[in-house]
Amino acid sequence: MSTPVPQDRSWYRRNEIAITPWLFLIPGIAFFALYVIMPIFQSFWISFHEWDGLGEKTWVGTAHYERLFGVGDQNIDRKFEVSFWNNLKWLVLYLLAIPMGLFIALFLNQTVRGIRLYKSLFFFPFVISQVVVGLVFSWFYLPREGLLNAILGFFNLGSINILGDPTMATYGIIAAGLWPQTAYCMILYLTGLNAVDPEQVEAARLDGAKGHKMLWYVILPQLKPATFIAFVVTIIGALRSFDLISIMTNGGPFGSTRVLSFYMFEESLSEFGFRMGYGSAIATVLFFIMLGFIVYFLYSMWREEKEAR
Amino acid sequence: MFPTPIEKKSRSYQMAYQGLLPVVLVMWLLPLIAVAVFSIRPDSDFTNGNYWGVPSSFNFFENYGKVFFESDMPRYLLNSVFITVPTVLGTIALSSMTGFALGIYKFKGNLLIFFMFIAGNFVPFQILMVPVRDLTVNMNLYDTKTGLILFHIAFQTGFCTLFMRNFIRALPFPLIEAARVEGVREWQIFLYVVLPLMKPALAALAVLIFTFIWNDYFWAVVLTQGPDAQPVTAGITAFNSQYRAAYHLMSAGSIVAALPPVLMFFLMQKHFIAGLTLGAVK
Repeated sequence: MSTPVPQDRSWYRRNEIAITPWLFLIPGIAFFALYVIMPIFQSFWISFHEWDGLGEKTWVGTAHYERLFGVGDQNIDRKFEVSFWNNLKWLVLYLLAIPMGLFIALFLNQTVRGIRLYKSLFFFPFVISQVVVGLVFSWFYLPREGLLNAILGFFNLGSINILGDPTMATYGIIAAGLWPQTAYCMILYLTGLNAVDPEQVEAARLDGAKGHKMLWYVILPQLKPATFIAFVVTIIGALRSFDLISIMTNGGPFGSTRVLSFYMFEESLSEFGFRMGYGSAIATVLFFIMLGFIVYFLYSMWREEKEAR
Repeated sequence: MFPTPIEKKSRSYQMAYQGLLPVVLVMWLLPLIAVAVFSIRPDSDFTNGNYWGVPSSFNFFENYGKVFFESDMPRYLLNSVFITVPTVLGTIALSSMTGFALGIYKFKGNLLIFFMFIAGNFVPFQILMVPVRDLTVNMNLYDTKTGLILFHIAFQTGFCTLFMRNFIRALPFPLIEAARVEGVREWQIFLYVVLPLMKPALAALAVLIFTFIWNDYFWAVVLTQGPDAQPVTAGITAFNSQYRAAYHLMSAGSIVAALPPVLMFFLMQKHFIAGLTLGAVK
């Protein structure tokens, strides 16, 4: 840690409390601005150009967006349409991780012997990289060698090829994604349940509350902070889905599992030449979808900050 | 406590619960157990179609030996280490400073900067992809570990600032005021008063960032290309195409790739969970 050596020692000493925070902030802000804040605006700019990543950028105005949405006499970009609907499926179905996580947390919130180890083992899918989760599940789904079909065969239920079927593949990938995400929500709720006020629970019990009534009216309100975080990380996770798709199906079969993040990557770094302008336009659309959620999250946090003061 | 502690229920209920626990756990981890079983099978089991019967021999050492001695896996693992460790150190250095500045001092724009860090942390990676790749190429850092490390440090600083700032906020402020009265300089307050108190936060962030960076795949494929710089998450796809359809080797390879964060988690569980559940409790 280098400390600045001011020329005018007394001036620095006089203003030390005002200057120090900025000195501490400069490296962090510089890095963050260069790699995160500026690129967002650069992407907006690039999305109005045709660019192969090497040569000159050619201004094309809103042509990319018109092509995406099918403005005028062109048709909507089919790949974009499929990706968009798949993103919606991800968003809605991924949220199942929250009730599932709560359910497992309630199941495990006991004090029997060895429960700590059980909790860690239930949690540990979250620690494994999405790449490995993707591999594990694509082998699990394999029509011939996979365990899923071995089990179905055992019960004489026939066999399915989840990742080879365009109508099922996306759901198969979402199921794989739900595995670590549920584990994350579970750990959030276990921590939350740990902090539930026992006096309130006892008081409610004396009033005759139990079961789902107790859960709904007494426990869940106290779990609100945990639910909020679970909601934030699940939404972000759903819109960030890329690794699983890339590993499990690479967008196929017949492009049925593409989402915006994957389609953007495919266009920008495709084998048939880099279409960075078009890719950036897709990224911009994804960004604005995300922005709606980001604004809501920030607003909630902001309100809390104000209350805390 | 909710649900009702099991000790207050009947004996048979308790037995049922104790019996159910391992069954549910096995079902939960089934895909993983399947891979673990695959990874110790001999090659012949796959040609004979013996996928789910008893393995005809225990080939743990052969399979894992192949991963470690006959493939590029060790190189990729080493790359992952050389990417992950500097990122952890860099991120912690930067974010303990930003967290200190935002947590201790009252100045105009404090909340605004804080929220800039949080917001940046939520954006989709794809909006950064083209410019960051371009920047990395222009700095001559494409396909190097350094290029990847610099980006990771910058991006993770967002999340870590949130974490550090909230942690520092919860420290007793009179401590800092007392130090000021004693004439301690501001940077000394950071180094000798605040930093020692932040040890739990530093440990929690270190394990979290280690896991996040080790498991990163997207940036690895965007910013690197070959076995010189690629981390194990990206390397595993090359490994898998080398051993196409050799499920016993691919399984062993992915277990090896997944292991370091798992070990980290089990060793530092308390810190890991404290980091992940920050804010889940008021």
